Amino acid sequence: MASLYTLEFEKPVLALERQIDDLQAQLARPTPSLPAPAAPQEAQPLAEAPALERRLADLCAQHAALLAETYARLSPWETVRVARHPKRPQTRDYIDRVCTDFAELHGDRRFGDDPAMVTGFARVGGHKVMVVGHQKGRTTQEKVACHFGCAHPEGYRKALAKMKLAEKYRVPVVTFVDTPGAYPGIGAEQRGQAEAIAVNLREMSALRTPVLSVIIGEGGSGGALGIAVADRVAMLQHAWYSVISPEGCAAILWKHSNEQTNNAAAQALRLTAQDNLRLGIVDEVLPEPLGGAHRDPTAAAAAIQRWILATLPALKAADPEALLAARYDRFRAMGRYIENPPVPVPVA
Amino acid sequence: MTQLRTAAIETPTGAHAGNGVPGSGAAPASQPRTWNDLKEPRRAVIPEGLWLRCPSCQGMIYRKQLETNLHCCPDCQHHFRIGARQRIDQLTDPGTFEPLFEGLSPADPLGFVDLKTYAERVRAEQGKSGSLDACKAGVGFIKGRQAVLTVLDLEFMMGSMGSVVGEIVTRSIEAAAQRRLPLILVSGSGGARMQEAGLSLMQMAKTSAALARLDRAGGLFISVLTDPTTGGVTASFAMLGDVILAEPRALIGFAGPRVIQQTIRQSLPEGFQRSEYLLEAGMVDRVVPRAQLRNEVARLIDYAGM
Ligand SMILES: [Zn+2]
Repeated sequence: MASLYTLEFEKPVLALERQIDDLQAQLARPTPSLPAPAAPQEAQPLAEAPALERRLADLCAQHAALLAETYARLSPWETVRVARHPKRPQTRDYIDRVCTDFAELHGDRRFGDDPAMVTGFARVGGHKVMVVGHQKGRTTQEKVACHFGCAHPEGYRKALAKMKLAEKYRVPVVTFVDTPGAYPGIGAEQRGQAEAIAVNLREMSALRTPVLSVIIGEGGSGGALGIAVADRVAMLQHAWYSVISPEGCAAILWKHSNEQTNNAAAQALRLTAQDNLRLGIVDEVLPEPLGGAHRDPTAAAAAIQRWILATLPALKAADPEALLAARYDRFRAMGRYIENPPVPVPVA
Repeated sequence: MTQLRTAAIETPTGAHAGNGVPGSGAAPASQPRTWNDLKEPRRAVIPEGLWLRCPSCQGMIYRKQLETNLHCCPDCQHHFRIGARQRIDQLTDPGTFEPLFEGLSPADPLGFVDLKTYAERVRAEQGKSGSLDACKAGVGFIKGRQAVLTVLDLEFMMGSMGSVVGEIVTRSIEAAAQRRLPLILVSGSGGARMQEAGLSLMQMAKTSAALARLDRAGGLFISVLTDPTTGGVTASFAMLGDVILAEPRALIGFAGPRVIQQTIRQSLPEGFQRSEYLLEAGMVDRVVPRAQLRNEVARLIDYAGM
């Protein structure tokens, strides 16, 4: 599985990392994990190895520089690959790091408990919140149970049930979005996948409590939006958010999906955080640690926590009617069109 | 597998020009009134010719007979796909429909390019269809009941929803609330329009939020689902009707059958994602043949209108 996920553009970086590992082994300093890129000097000097030490420091500096350079010019398709990195932190990782005292709540009271949607009360700093988020799963077993982060209708209904509970006590809702899309399957269709998402869109728009959303990884279409109708939407730097995945778009508009068409589709879809910010779809881009959130989940979590703590107080203080009006206006303004173009439009 | 075939095509294959029966499609004459009337509508949904073949029973149908039968096969009642103009003509009392929100044309905020540019596609579609985008709206009477009627137009980019469609649908919802009129929205759409990407996605939230307000204002929204209604249109306003009606045998779903099949790697049950299947699953209120749609809508307005 791991080789499947080796990011092509990271290969030079990984080659350096292997060299660093080898050197560290030679220096007889057992390091279970990679060093932080900028902290090679902490190595304990060994009498017989000053040359190796210098070489190590040199490699670590090269590694940091290469990583910075690689991530500074990620293409949109490479960004999608980073957003899907198997080590990228997921909703439960962020709950552990952003929140305290998580009281998980299960089930939609209608059909079942979808593990692809995690919900429960928690605290962020001094704020009580209701956390709602997609979970992709870490182990193979967990991934299968979570359908790789593709929620079923019962997942969306579970999310809405918990949001309604939060609304009742005016507890703000914080959602973590990370899905390739809502699950496409027989049971999902039978139980009303479209209806479940549609109802969430309608009800979230009128939820009488503040709603914050963070796109932490993949923001795949209606399955993502189904928990992202919020007062403020933030997006991690290397996440993606759009109406369809690059592969899906390539398969339809380019007739087939391959590395080249996926690349072109990812470019065309304007799915990066910066693009979404420019289009007014998200309000803020949260910086990720050097080399992506998967290299330092704690730092990524800290950025999310800072944003929540900075954003929530004003929303909590707002008049509920004004809050709802502003949320309506936020989405009402979305879209670009030309009103009354010159008549007639030229024929192609 | 029939659902795959019908989902993938816009024009029933093999039906073109009725197998050697000569003749050109007689386009109905309408006096130029609006921008939309300046162009002759394209026949993308039903092929040209005096005769055409029913894709369901394979019988030959005389066009005039098809038209008088509301574009349903006289033999097997197969419902042909129809454009927004025909739908409006079929549903409203003659001469009562007053168009609203005309003159909205797609921008190209993303500068989208696939094998063609979006700008080129839009120009070509506008030229062929004579419409600016894939939605027509207005106020009219249905058997004497006044209503806001909004119809997605399969003749323009498969009725896909970009900013213009989202805006017209939203304005229609707002108009229904303001004028205290029932809203009848006829969907037929391949879903969100990829060429407007994230902004298309946001139309789902925009339209659904407007429906929340209509709902709280006590308005009546009758959603009519026609073949095909999929993707982001289904997962937003189309499934939010106070009453949801579906034409017989229409493909209605969130994911397309092909995507589902690729995901689960098993064959799909007979009739999967068709109106009758959804009725059984509890997802729509009634399956209504086109010939009865006017009556059904009027009856529901009497029961539930403001
Ligand atoms: Zn027939």
